[in-house]
Amino acid sequence: MNASVKSQGFPLPSSLKVVPGTERAQAAYPYTVQFGKGDDERFWFYNSMHFPEPMSAFDMVTAEAAYCALGSSNTRVHCLPTTLGIDHRIINGRVYIGGNAVTDPAEIARRTAEFQKRAFYYYANWERLYAQWREKMLKLIQDAQALPKLALPEFEPLEHVHAGRGVASNHYLLETYQKTLEGYFRMWHHHFEFLLLGYGAYLTFFAFCKKAFPEITDQTIARMVAGIEAEIFRPDDELRRLARRAVELRVDGHFVEGEAADDVIRSLEEKAGEPGREWLRELATSRDPWFNINVGDGFYHYHRAWNDDLSMPFSGLPEYIRRVRAGESLERPVEKLRDERRQLIADYRDLLNTDEERAAYDQMIGLAHRVFPYVEGHKFYCEHWYTNLFFNKIREFGALLAQHGFFKDQEDVFQLTRYELETAIVDLMTSWSNGSPPRGPDLWPQVVAERRAALTEWARHETPPALGPVPDVIDDPAIVMLWGITRESLNQWLAAGSEPSSNEVRGFAASSGVAEGPACVVRSVEEISRLRKGDILVCQVTNPTWAPIFQKIAAAVSDIGGSMSHAAIVAREYGLPAVVGTGNATARIKDGQRIRVDGGRGIVTILQ
Amino acid sequence: MSDIIGWFADIGLADRPQVGGKGGSLGELQRAGIAVPGGFVVKTGAFERFVRSLERDAPVRARIESLNADDLDGVRACCGEMRARVEAAELPRDVLEELSASHATLCGSGGPSPVAVRSSATTEDAADASFAGLQDTYLWVTTLEQTLRKVRSCWASLYSVESVTYRRKRELPEEGVAMAVVVQKMVDARTAGVMFTRSPLTGDRSVMTIEGAWGLGSAVVGGEVTPDRWVIGKITGEISVREISDKAIQHVPAPGGGIEHVAVEESARGAPCLSDEELQALRTIGRRVERQYGRPQDIEWAVERDTNAILLLQSRPETVWSAKEAAPVAKPAEDPLSHVMSIFGGQR
Repeated sequence: MNASVKSQGFPLPSSLKVVPGTERAQAAYPYTVQFGKGDDERFWFYNSMHFPEPMSAFDMVTAEAAYCALGSSNTRVHCLPTTLGIDHRIINGRVYIGGNAVTDPAEIARRTAEFQKRAFYYYANWERLYAQWREKMLKLIQDAQALPKLALPEFEPLEHVHAGRGVASNHYLLETYQKTLEGYFRMWHHHFEFLLLGYGAYLTFFAFCKKAFPEITDQTIARMVAGIEAEIFRPDDELRRLARRAVELRVDGHFVEGEAADDVIRSLEEKAGEPGREWLRELATSRDPWFNINVGDGFYHYHRAWNDDLSMPFSGLPEYIRRVRAGESLERPVEKLRDERRQLIADYRDLLNTDEERAAYDQMIGLAHRVFPYVEGHKFYCEHWYTNLFFNKIREFGALLAQHGFFKDQEDVFQLTRYELETAIVDLMTSWSNGSPPRGPDLWPQVVAERRAALTEWARHETPPALGPVPDVIDDPAIVMLWGITRESLNQWLAAGSEPSSNEVRGFAASSGVAEGPACVVRSVEEISRLRKGDILVCQVTNPTWAPIFQKIAAAVSDIGGSMSHAAIVAREYGLPAVVGTGNATARIKDGQRIRVDGGRGIVTILQ
Repeated sequence: MSDIIGWFADIGLADRPQVGGKGGSLGELQRAGIAVPGGFVVKTGAFERFVRSLERDAPVRARIESLNADDLDGVRACCGEMRARVEAAELPRDVLEELSASHATLCGSGGPSPVAVRSSATTEDAADASFAGLQDTYLWVTTLEQTLRKVRSCWASLYSVESVTYRRKRELPEEGVAMAVVVQKMVDARTAGVMFTRSPLTGDRSVMTIEGAWGLGSAVVGGEVTPDRWVIGKITGEISVREISDKAIQHVPAPGGGIEHVAVEESARGAPCLSDEELQALRTIGRRVERQYGRPQDIEWAVERDTNAILLLQSRPETVWSAKEAAPVAKPAEDPLSHVMSIFGGQR
């Protein structure tokens, strides 16, 4: 390791200033997430994988709920030997996180004994517990769907009175809000029930492969383990199916590049007769549940689901339809993929030196295969389906509050923290009950405007990838597994800071191949419509639900993500070169610059 | 079968004592259906006849055996004398006739065409083999006379100072010391290089390393040009490393025989010397050769200029990593779950 790199560090949290003019927006975040005493002594990194954009006051509930659940699982439930949970802080809308390592050998030993009683039980009973998990998750989704519609009638409905309900409608606002939050926090517990164990089993096999085959690429190992029919592929599969059906039903002429989804649907309803209606019925089948996938990672309220905004799936249809017409089968050759995977596993097994090694290989890949359906599948249920329901429910509160003059637009509700929102709801309940006007309309519009301005301002400022002293080693399996952050990647970040003149950006080799083209630097999900065929997508984090745009682009580059990130999986699926986990590609590459992506080596070269 | 000449099609690794490592390997490749430039081996039987005829004039082997390895001047003088005798002496008539006829057959009806003449050591001792014969590859030999001379030069390499000193230090008997010689059609290569069917850097058996440059392979083997380098997944075909270098010069056949160094055209210097399709074809060939031999290989290859056909010039077992005692990567555990402790246990 380069010594000069080692002696460097990242800026201290205390040196990071709140962007002038946004102090009040910053102060809205609760004291628990403000940088403060003792934080300069710790290492933090910007979680741009999950929170690549400044987060609005409400959206930080995702950080709260997720870290609360992650920590419980690591610290108290499975008792990971070397790590407790993860702390988070927010500054300028950016979420920084830091792990709590366990280093005392006696404590590690004590936790190891606990871990083996707990985690090993999970591994040994994985299929049963995972089946149970899916039931729990579906029940949770049903519960969320069953939450009542919000209503404040002028007079309590007569039937309530005659039935002697004895509880007025305003009470249900609070109850529904609390249940909505409760469900979200619960969902995150489900999310982490298996996650670390799943990643750990996968990484065990990964580490074995790296030792046995030092030059094996990450993506090859991923291909040996990845499922063929994971839920995450389903939305895109459905889109391909719909493209085929459109051609079969001869309604494909109604799908015109650039036309809005609503117009296409109207044209099918009104001008395509029975085949048009038939296609729309097919669409309805696909939508429930597979269009409950959102266009981001589900962590921001504006990452709308396909179901709520059909523009994303419909933008992919014309190209799929063109390919169907050209005689291409869009069906994923599941059997063939399965055979290829089997062959790949067998071929690598043959290369091992001894039968003993082959036996160990069998054990490890066996466990990796057992855990992987969860690793790949949970996101659809948690980050997509449930999260959509959650944000949409909050949106309903937004609509109700907007209706009562608290702010102009239902979306404004996401500028309040979850604590403030509860206060506003109580304000409305009280005003409904006593006949006085609510107090909120005098307060929130200005606050909302101020916070929106702050978000815009924060997005214009880059934030350091990490803060505080550089740790000697990163031995926290959670951080290595989930964020792909290692001592090496930190050195890369440090080096990138010291050599701004270099025209190379390095990251993980996620999907091999070389491509050149103009960079389209996309800082938020709304910008993806700017992508043109042949562009190279440069973003903070890519997402599998962007799959429809993967057929347009020539390559993908992201700031954060490991070779197992879903972006990497989808890029491989599409055979697109991809470099992920570069740390700062969106900062260093300018929109429109010509770049070359070498996905096999993990290098992006800025050509002009 | 003749003990003087053996055509590639008729020989294999088992014939090593008569045809040497290089010759046996070329025969083995041809048998496995892998394209190699046509040719034959001047077997050790030819050398034996030649030495017998030398011995009739004056002792050879007894002289060598009488040398003291520490008497460098003595060794040097004797070696010089022996090499001069080997290079000057007439070939026995039967050797001359068979070799000339085979050369004519190899060249075909079009008259003499260029051949490569390469020594093919019979010894199993890698160090010895590398003394005797490492440098003895004569490319672009255009006439029968030159061919005959180069065959004698290969034989003479057995009497190099290094080789003789090596044998004397170990007190190896001279009886049985012999050299076979490969005579092979010359390939005018557009691109040539080497391929290792395991990583030379890490010993990883799941990848192959291919190095190549424009022109004849001698520029790569001799280290006169920094070759392009690729690392390619043996199983996946995934090209994980591409290092395209500035290839300033190339070796090409000289008009009057032999090779010459010429500058590479400006536009080609920084261009990859192999296409991805060719890399994949080489991978397929490499896997077949490795399967044929049952162990990782170190291969020399060429892409013929006119046809773009890939030919193998040589394949030998990889020795560096194969000789290392590899510690087991992991052992099976009584409880398969305990493997996860390598991740969770903090022992990294």
